[in-house]
Formats: sequence, C-alpha cells, structure tokens
Amino acid sequence: MSGTLIVAEHLQGRLSDVTGELVSAAVGIGAPVTVAVIAADPGALIDAADLQGVDEIVAVRAGAAEFEVDTYTEALAALVSERRPDAVLLGFTVNSMSYGPAVAARLGLGFASDVFAISKGGDGLVATRAFYGSKVHGDVEFGNMPGVVLLLRRTVWPAAEAGGGAARSETEIALPTSRARHVEFVEAPAADVDITAADFLLSIGRGIGGRENIERFAELAKKMGAVLSVSRPLVDAGWAPSARQVGQSGKTVKPKVYLALGISGAVQHLAGMKASGTIIAVNTDPEAAIFGVADYAAVMDLFEVADELDKLF
Amino acid sequence: MKIVVCVKQVAILGDEVEFTSDERDVDEDYLEFALNEWDSYSLEAALLIKEAVGEGEVVAVTVGNEDAEEALRRCLAMGADRAVRVAAEAAHAADPLTIARGLAAAIGPEDPDLIFAGVQSSDSVQAATGTMLAELLGLPRVAVVTKVDYDHGARRAAVHRELEGGLLDIVDVQTPAVLTIQTGINQPRYATLRAIKQAKEKEIAVLEDAAVVPPAYRVRRMFVPTKSESAESLGDDPGEVARRIAELVRVRLS
Repeated sequence: MSGTLIVAEHLQGRLSDVTGELVSAAVGIGAPVTVAVIAADPGALIDAADLQGVDEIVAVRAGAAEFEVDTYTEALAALVSERRPDAVLLGFTVNSMSYGPAVAARLGLGFASDVFAISKGGDGLVATRAFYGSKVHGDVEFGNMPGVVLLLRRTVWPAAEAGGGAARSETEIALPTSRARHVEFVEAPAADVDITAADFLLSIGRGIGGRENIERFAELAKKMGAVLSVSRPLVDAGWAPSARQVGQSGKTVKPKVYLALGISGAVQHLAGMKASGTIIAVNTDPEAAIFGVADYAAVMDLFEVADELDKLF
Repeated sequence: MKIVVCVKQVAILGDEVEFTSDERDVDEDYLEFALNEWDSYSLEAALLIKEAVGEGEVVAVTVGNEDAEEALRRCLAMGADRAVRVAAEAAHAADPLTIARGLAAAIGPEDPDLIFAGVQSSDSVQAATGTMLAELLGLPRVAVVTKVDYDHGARRAAVHRELEGGLLDIVDVQTPAVLTIQTGINQPRYATLRAIKQAKEKEIAVLEDAAVVPPAYRVRRMFVPTKSESAESLGDDPGEVARRIAELVRVRLS
C-alpha cells in the first residue's frame, strides 16, 4: 500500500479548516489521498471532508461525539497497520499532539511536527521545520522507516476546495472507552473588547519589560486610535486578559495596521496575525521572527520609539 | 504520592549563527542554555499538588549530558525533592522519540502517580515528547493542560485542555497519566539564593541508558532561512521611525 492518510479534525459537529489544508499538502505528496473521519455520527462530516483531491473517505464510528485521545490513537494505529500509508498527515493542533506522536512511537514510524514544507528526497520524504526558536530551519529525513507521521503547521497550505468525488467506505475498528473522557467545553470568558474587530492594533510583547508598563502602552494605543493587544507571555504573567491575546491559543486578527512592539514572533503568534494588512515591527533583536512577516521594520528599543510616538499623537 | 516532572535544558540561539561542519546542527559555541520555560510551570504545578495533598515527592528527570544538570539544579532549588539525569549526548537537537525513550527508562521504575512535561521545548517545538512517553509507558495523557484538579484518593484528575482559540475542553482522566503543561497555568515560584546554593550540593542520580533505537528523524541539514520578502527598514533614528509609523497609520486607515 502507499499513499497519504489524513485524519479529519472536527469540533462540535463542524469540520476544522485544517483538514482542507492537509488535503492540499497530501496532493503534493502522493495519491491516493485517504481521509479518515473518526466520529460518533460521521455523516455530515464525510460530506464536508469530500474535498477536491480526496480519493477515498473512510469512516470510523466512535463512541463519543467529541475528540477523545485513546479513541483516536487506536483508530489511527489500526488504520495505519491495515493500510500502510507512506505518510500520515495531521494538523499541528492540540488534538493531534496527544495522539499523532503516540502512534509513531508505537508503530516505529518517522515523526516530525510543525512541518511547513515537504519534499521528496532520494530515499523518501524530507520535511522542513524550524529549530532553535525559529532562527534556523532544518530538513529532516526518515531513513528506512516504514512510514511517517507529520504534524503540519497551520495556514501554510491553502485549504482544498469543496466538491470532490471520493469513494466512501466505513471500517469496523474495536475502539476502547478512552481513559481520558471529554466532559464539556467552556468558552473563553466574554471580553470588554473585540480585538478581531479593530482596524488598528498596537500589540505589545515581552519586550515591554514589566507589568508597570502596561498602562503606558494602553494610553499610547488610545492616543493613536488603536486597540491594545498582547502576545501570550503577557497573559501568562497575568498582566493582560486573554481576550486581548493574539495567536493560535488566542485570537486570529486581520487589522489594516498591526504595530508590534517588543514581540519576537513565536510561531503561534505569527499564525494569529500574519494576514494583517500592514505589519510594522519594532524589536531590538534583528533576527526576531516577527521581521519575517513584517512590511516595515525598526531594529531599536521600543521605548525610544514609544517616547517619540507620544509626542506625535 | 509521587509526581515526576520531565524537564529540558534548552538551547537559545543568539543573533549570530555558525553551523557544524556537517551542517546538521548549530555550532554549540553559538548557543546559551536555560531551563525550558514550560518546565518551570509544570514543576510549579507538581509542587502545588504535593502541598495540597500534604505529602509526597516531586522528582525532576531530564535526558542529556552533564551540562543538563543545571536544569535539574534549578528544579531542586525551586523545591523538587530529587533529580535524575539519564545520560545522553547533548539533547537540544535530539528527536522526541530518543528523549522519550530515555525518560521512560528512568520513569517506569519510579511508578509515579502523575507525570508532567512541558507542552513543548522552546528550542525544538515538537510538542511530542510527553505523548510519546505516555505511549511507551502505556499511560493515558492529556496535552496542553491549563488546570489540574487531582483527586489522589480516586486516582483521577479533572483537567482543562486548551484548544485553538482559547476554547477549554474539560477532561476527566484516569491516573497515573502524563499531562503536558501549558505556560500560564500558575505563577512559578522563585528560588531563593539560599535554595540555589543548597541545590548545588545535592546529589543528582545518573542513569546510563544503553538502549540505542532509531530516532524519529535525522537532520539532513540546517540552514538560515532566506528572507523571501524582507521588511522595509524605517531607519535607525527613533524620531524618524515614529514619524514614519504615524504616516503609515494615517495612510492605511484613511
């Protein structure tokens, strides 16, 4: 057997966009492209997963409606053992992190995560990912492994279009009751501000130093007509509410102007703001990853710039 | 009650970089090292549970060379009771399966009630080692945990799993289990100077793990990413930078 196996990701009955991105990546690797839908009620999800480029959709009936880790682990392990795909593609998502690496470890498959490019080398697939805080990239290879599990970075591949014509089947896999059970979802607390609606975000990160400086940038944002947003470390430190957080675990934003002060640009942060109209970044580190997505850059102390902005607004 | 906390001495690359002659890694002269940011949160989470239960032991475990003991001493200074190092080559560029195998060799015999690991290491960002460790030990796991309510008597925990966009998934998990801990779950305590000094004197157990297994991947080459569309510089005068930012804002918002 050969080809590429994708596990569809879904939440509360809706197929996640990541599934379409995986299909696009799979088309570039090799047919046939199979999408596994693991769900209590696969029907509507199968229709949604029937994207252009998908050759086959295989449904696996699960006991629980939502993601449970042992269910996905056992289902994927059984599918891989039976079908022996060259590559298993999953999203670099919270769900995948908890079962993709486990299946690779169990079956002796190659593994890499946060992959943002895939090519074919002389002896199999080559995956490109970042190392050392994204300051260098690396090509990794998998030797004589019987297959690989790759977790792909979000929003790198375009989502495949609807309207495929995949063959559909259902396979019986005896699935255990998961030792980690989904109980309920809790939405993030309602916020006093919606940063996703702002045309202009002034976004601050670790570079602002201490909590005592938050107010200063809140005032600067107000003067400039911007809404204040933050990167994750400021939320972790308890300096800012999560409603203002930009990034994969926070909000995905697309303002006309994104002014980043003292944000180095972790991958998860970039995923949440790289689609912004004009990105301006100020950081003391010339190698900061934020400059890789910025349209305008200043390598300098953000406080010096803030002092000057204070005079202009 | 026993909680094992898996930690890593991560590598931090500065502004300059040179590669080793085979181009498979960064020249170590260009690296600095520190305890992985996620790991101080998972150690704090373990210490808080030990304090709440009122008894027990927190054991910090790492895989790496002698330099990696610095991470363990940091944990001892914060309050870990014991530390174990699985001897290996420098771990910063190692693949997650190799690290997970080393951890499993040390942690299996410990028979802990809970195992914590950081969601990811800041240098490699695989977010995979904890999950592989759970698989090798045959344990349930939950990834990206932002809250742990552990019921020692019932041998289970109610945990919050942080999904994309900040949605929380409340999960009921049997223990022993491996939980990968997210930053922000708590505010890690500082080690006092006295505790740091005392930690230097503590003995660290070293385990030789002879098992050689195929890694999950091999690095073919590392390189500095080419900047496809480099940003336009706003200059090096703060006044000029501010004026240009003001102008950009005015034009783009009009």
